[in-house]
Amino acid sequence: MEENLAPGAVAGQTAPTGALAHAYVQNEPMPPLPPPASMVGIVGWLRQNLFSSIGNTVLTIVAFLLALWIIPGFIRFLLTDAIWTGADRDACLAKDGILPGACWAFVKDRIGFFIYGFYPVEERWRVDLFFVLGAIGVTWMLWLKAPRRDIGMIYFLIALPLIVYALLSGKNPLAFLTYPYDLFKGEGLVLGILFAILFFLTGFLVARAKNKDVGPSIIAGSASLLLLTWGGKAIAGIWPLIGLSYVDTAKWGGLMVTLVVAGVGIVASLPLGILLALGRRSKLPVVKFFSVLFIEFVRGVPLITVLFMANTMLPLFLPEGVEFDKLLRALVGIGLFASAYMAEVVRAGLQALPKGQYEGAMAMGLGYWQMMRLIVLPQALKVTIPNIVNTYIGLFKDTSLLLIVGIFDFLKAIETARIDPQWAAPTVSPTGYAFAAIVYWFFCYGMASYARATERRLSAADKR
Amino acid sequence: MSSSDNRDPRFAGGAEKPRVAFWNDPEKRGYLFQIVLFLLVGYLVYMAGYNAVDNLQKQKIASGFGFWNNTAGFDIGQRLISYETTSTYGRAFWVGLLNTLLVAVVGIFFATILGFAIGVARLSKNFLVNKLATIYVELIRNTPLLLQLLFWYNAVLKALPDVKESLALPGGAFLNTRGLFFPEPVPGDKFEAVMWILAAGLVGYFAFGRWAKKRQAATGQQSPVLWVGLGLIVGLPLLAFFALGMPLSFNFPDLGRFNIRGGVQIYPEFVALTLGLVIYTAAFIAEAVRAGIQAVSKGQTEASYALGLRPGPTLNLVVIPQAMRVIIPPLTSQYLNLTKNSSLAVAIGYPDLVQVFAGTVLNQTGQAVEVIAITMAVYLTISLVTSLGMNWYNARKALIER
Repeated sequence: MEENLAPGAVAGQTAPTGALAHAYVQNEPMPPLPPPASMVGIVGWLRQNLFSSIGNTVLTIVAFLLALWIIPGFIRFLLTDAIWTGADRDACLAKDGILPGACWAFVKDRIGFFIYGFYPVEERWRVDLFFVLGAIGVTWMLWLKAPRRDIGMIYFLIALPLIVYALLSGKNPLAFLTYPYDLFKGEGLVLGILFAILFFLTGFLVARAKNKDVGPSIIAGSASLLLLTWGGKAIAGIWPLIGLSYVDTAKWGGLMVTLVVAGVGIVASLPLGILLALGRRSKLPVVKFFSVLFIEFVRGVPLITVLFMANTMLPLFLPEGVEFDKLLRALVGIGLFASAYMAEVVRAGLQALPKGQYEGAMAMGLGYWQMMRLIVLPQALKVTIPNIVNTYIGLFKDTSLLLIVGIFDFLKAIETARIDPQWAAPTVSPTGYAFAAIVYWFFCYGMASYARATERRLSAADKR
Repeated sequence: MSSSDNRDPRFAGGAEKPRVAFWNDPEKRGYLFQIVLFLLVGYLVYMAGYNAVDNLQKQKIASGFGFWNNTAGFDIGQRLISYETTSTYGRAFWVGLLNTLLVAVVGIFFATILGFAIGVARLSKNFLVNKLATIYVELIRNTPLLLQLLFWYNAVLKALPDVKESLALPGGAFLNTRGLFFPEPVPGDKFEAVMWILAAGLVGYFAFGRWAKKRQAATGQQSPVLWVGLGLIVGLPLLAFFALGMPLSFNFPDLGRFNIRGGVQIYPEFVALTLGLVIYTAAFIAEAVRAGIQAVSKGQTEASYALGLRPGPTLNLVVIPQAMRVIIPPLTSQYLNLTKNSSLAVAIGYPDLVQVFAGTVLNQTGQAVEVIAITMAVYLTISLVTSLGMNWYNARKALIER
């Protein structure tokens, strides 16, 4: 037992001189006393964290009073005093002169309106399907162990936008493919020739990028474009058979519009932002000039002026007769705005990359785009993921500004419903805003948590 | 392989400059690409301009800046300079711009104080303080500013009592759904003298500060700058104020049956906008402050303690100067964000630049291009001036490295 406790010390000191082994000599260290009761357990934690000094104690008391002042009021309003059921305003009116808490009955009654806006009730399954497809796409992209994340990428960035467009509007998303077909048939001889040149150029560029012989590539490129055109024509023929009725974007509304706009912004702003960031760091003066001009201009003005511009000036800039959907105008505004901010985030990532990486890539004989695609961007984007997600959070919050230019987004649905006379009660407005805050918070905090987790994961890789 | 050799003369050897097809020469390709880009952008701009002129002519909308001197014909509630319904659009522009600047300055002032307090609280070792600050930041940062503004305006300020049931506040002020009314200070004859003494005190304070700094650098002796400053800026003017027989009277608001006369009115729109902007921006400033303080390595604090500095001077002389270098750039961008976000005033009807000019004036004149261009130019100028100042500050404060 003794030897087990402190073998080194006992053996080293006592073995050579057995004479020291008297009864009163302490051969082994005393076991440490337990820490004082005031330093362990709950008391100790309280002492250390809340009452370590006079100043700290005062701070604790102030903070506690503050919390006592705010938090019970919140709980009472949101939960205990809240009205959960009811058909109209009578449920949420003051009783005996006492105001009730949150009127959740109102939210329950109008939840369909909040989510779908004026989307036809019998077609709402399409929106539900959009939510499911979107959730699948997001999970596929974000879940690191998901199978075939490369297919997930294609699904999220290419297939999903087309499917969602078809699903929500009921229009053929590939209608644009028939455009060249119609041109060849009609009087557009010049345009037809232009298209032939375009076919040629495509094949030529493909050949160059792949370092293959030009001839077959031109044929292959032209053939694939032709095939696409005919395929588009075929799809356009089949399309009416699918039987999705057309729903005008003016009828879209609520959370669905917020998610569509945020989704489009998210999908569009990253590639645009990357291009702008590369342009800003380019050695070509004209490219650099235009990139800097665009980025600094957009970042220097408020989003609301960009939206006003998209709303009032864009129609002026287009030739007469070209109609631009209101939602599309707002999308263009928000997408361009977000891409300018994204460009700066990506640029920071590009700058953080050691110059040796660029030089190494060039020494390997890679061209500009190969270097960017294979060496620079994968590393630069990896370190910027948290900042990219932060930009996305800003974008998601900014979608609420659409209500100012008359788009029926989630916040607008809340604003419309809360002044409805059927639910005119004193606590309806705070309830509506509380509900909106919870929904927005849920999405933004989710994204922020993802960004933090990514940051931790990436910094773990750098730790040695 | 052989075809590749034929096509690529760079490997053919020999001293003569290799002949490369122009599309394989990065330099020439660069020129070509730039020319194409330039032509493309130029074409787009030209087409946009052409279409705009065409469309404007067809819609019979005037162009040019002639509208600037036309009569506006609408009223603006809150104004810092005189403005009548008969004033010009140009005058309305200045009223809006001044309102924007007012809300920006007031907002920046309070957001800085609140943001620094919360940023420090987030680093506090006190569990309760720390958690409260974290909840604040996470709650505010993750909900849209517009939602918060609408909440403050529609749910909080609109719920205040009517004029008839105004809340009487101490000091003769009233609070009701039309805003906050408080006594208007009316300076007397000799009040100007007090202001001059205050100005002199400020000059004296700066002079003393410079002298004290030089003295410390030369002799190591510190001077009581804070107390001398307080005496010069607060004490001296107060003394003069009382000595001159308090030359200041108040015009108290008078509560009538339907209206309040006299006094100074702070509009609820202004309160809601300022409150929303301050609370929102403070959360971001707090994060910048936290990051800045955390960026100062712990060794700095330890070294300072090892040199015998107490916690107060350590914070003031070692940590804060280094943290500020990290904090200032994001802080400036938050100030800019606050200024730009003040344009959300349009949602709650505060007459700022966007609401007055890009809203009402645009709707009345229909001259979208000119109005939006002027509005954007104003914000761009503010951004540009701020970033110039920022660069100047960075250059001054940058670490001088070898």
